[in-house]
Amino acid sequence: MARAVSNRRKVGYTIAAWIIGLAIFFPILWTIVTSFKTEAEAISSPPSFMFFNWTTENYTTVLERSNYFRHFWNSVVISLGSTVLGLIIAIPAAWSMAFVPAKHTKNVLMWMLSTKMLPPVGVLIPIYLIFRDVGLLDTKTGLVIVLTLINLPIIVWMLYTYFKEIPGEILEASRMDGASLRDEIIYVLTPMAVPGIASTLLLNVILAWNEAFWTLNLTAAKAAPLTAFIASYSSPEGLFYAKLSAASTMAIAPILILGWFSQKQLVRGLTFGAVK
Amino acid sequence: MATQHSRSAARIMISPAVLLLLAWMIVPLALTIYFSLLRYNLLMPGTERFVGLLNYKLFFNNPAFFTALLNTLLLVGGVLIITVVGGILLAILLDQPMWGQGIVRILVIAPFFVMPTVSALVWKNMFMNPVSGLFAEFSKAVGLQPFDFLTHAPLASIIGIVSWQWLPFATLILLTAIQSLDSEQMEAAEMDGASPLSRFWYITLPHLSRAITVVILIQTIFLLSVFAEILVTTNGGPGNASTNLTYLVYARSLLNFDVGGGSAGGVVAIILANIVAIFLMRMIGKNLDA
Repeated sequence: MARAVSNRRKVGYTIAAWIIGLAIFFPILWTIVTSFKTEAEAISSPPSFMFFNWTTENYTTVLERSNYFRHFWNSVVISLGSTVLGLIIAIPAAWSMAFVPAKHTKNVLMWMLSTKMLPPVGVLIPIYLIFRDVGLLDTKTGLVIVLTLINLPIIVWMLYTYFKEIPGEILEASRMDGASLRDEIIYVLTPMAVPGIASTLLLNVILAWNEAFWTLNLTAAKAAPLTAFIASYSSPEGLFYAKLSAASTMAIAPILILGWFSQKQLVRGLTFGAVK
Repeated sequence: MATQHSRSAARIMISPAVLLLLAWMIVPLALTIYFSLLRYNLLMPGTERFVGLLNYKLFFNNPAFFTALLNTLLLVGGVLIITVVGGILLAILLDQPMWGQGIVRILVIAPFFVMPTVSALVWKNMFMNPVSGLFAEFSKAVGLQPFDFLTHAPLASIIGIVSWQWLPFATLILLTAIQSLDSEQMEAAEMDGASPLSRFWYITLPHLSRAITVVILIQTIFLLSVFAEILVTTNGGPGNASTNLTYLVYARSLLNFDVGGGSAGGVVAIILANIVAIFLMRMIGKNLDA
């Protein structure tokens, strides 16, 4: 009896959750579906959900006509470059804060968090003018520098919370067993730190890939990543829904897949370790 | 335990990160404040001169400023209410026993990974467009007049788009927090005859307070600087109806080339963000210690 009731409940919860889940996902699904339509079908009334002539011509057109690969490559270089550079700067810092905490470590961490509160628009003008004067406007280098600094606090915090969980006793034990500092780093610390570093890398690539304030303001045609390339479809002459959908699908697919793998790390990274 | 040697090594390891962040904060900040005291227009190079607080005076006397300030607060507040309330409800639902929980979670979290320009354009063209958008098709199907969302309710539409992007984040964090709730406590309350509502009010909600604080803090940081969504949907219009502070400063400085006026706006944005930040840091500090 009790079982029947709980099963009926389970059916109810399942139906409700699936309806809401599909509703939230629907705009993405619709974009993917539209990307396989012809332009005429994309605006046909009433709209067709399944029964139309599926075509991949939009993908070929977008790839052929619009330097898509250059923008894709820019996104890859900017997001990976800024993340790797950020890790190089942040790993030693997080390392020392986690293993050799000083009196001010907590304050330094809170201060780093507070730099994230500086609204980007408050520093847009000087950065824009400096970049213009030194020739960094519309360059990948310029964006790598800015995004590294933007995400540095998050990288440090994430790494700190991961390193904090490596037990100090294990280091002492390996030292007792006569491990040199070199052995300690190669055989003990690195294997334990790699998962945390990988998660940090993943989350920051996602954040940098989708960053759309600095990438829109500091680039033009040359260094524009996908965020800025897609924005160019907002002009009236760019109103081709099927092609917009194809370009959008290609722009979000890699990060959507990466993102699904990083749900747990996302919670931890974006809440600065406060929710795990 | 830590030797003098390892202490100084630690200091050396930490200094690049600290110095870079310090420079990133101080140099542009000082320049923004300096520019805000100048008459400085990019179209008239060589005519820069010190004008004191004139830019601020002009900025505050401009009705666009109050519209932008109000829009900023409405945007942040509106999205926070929708995502926190919606996120709590959705997290509770997703915590129930069901089939395909993992897949539903993947569907719900997906919008967070969509870049802002894509989600704004998809909503603008394929859903909110009054001629060929899905909402218009739907209105026609039920015999209603299509509604031109971005012309007649631009700010509400943008609040909707941004909420769609952030609801997954709130849900995911609150769900993570709910899953750490002690189920025995819940069962005990149920045995004692506590109604679902009072169980939610006295057990679930207090347990979630820390996660809710974190959600509000993180989202506020990002929501104060919403930009791409406005740029590709309405360009801040019609008039200033959907201009927030971030967009206003952008329009002043990079579209009208008024560096002085734009910088004054930037300083105001920094002060506003700091007021919010002080409240939030205090809140999160309290919650983190507990």
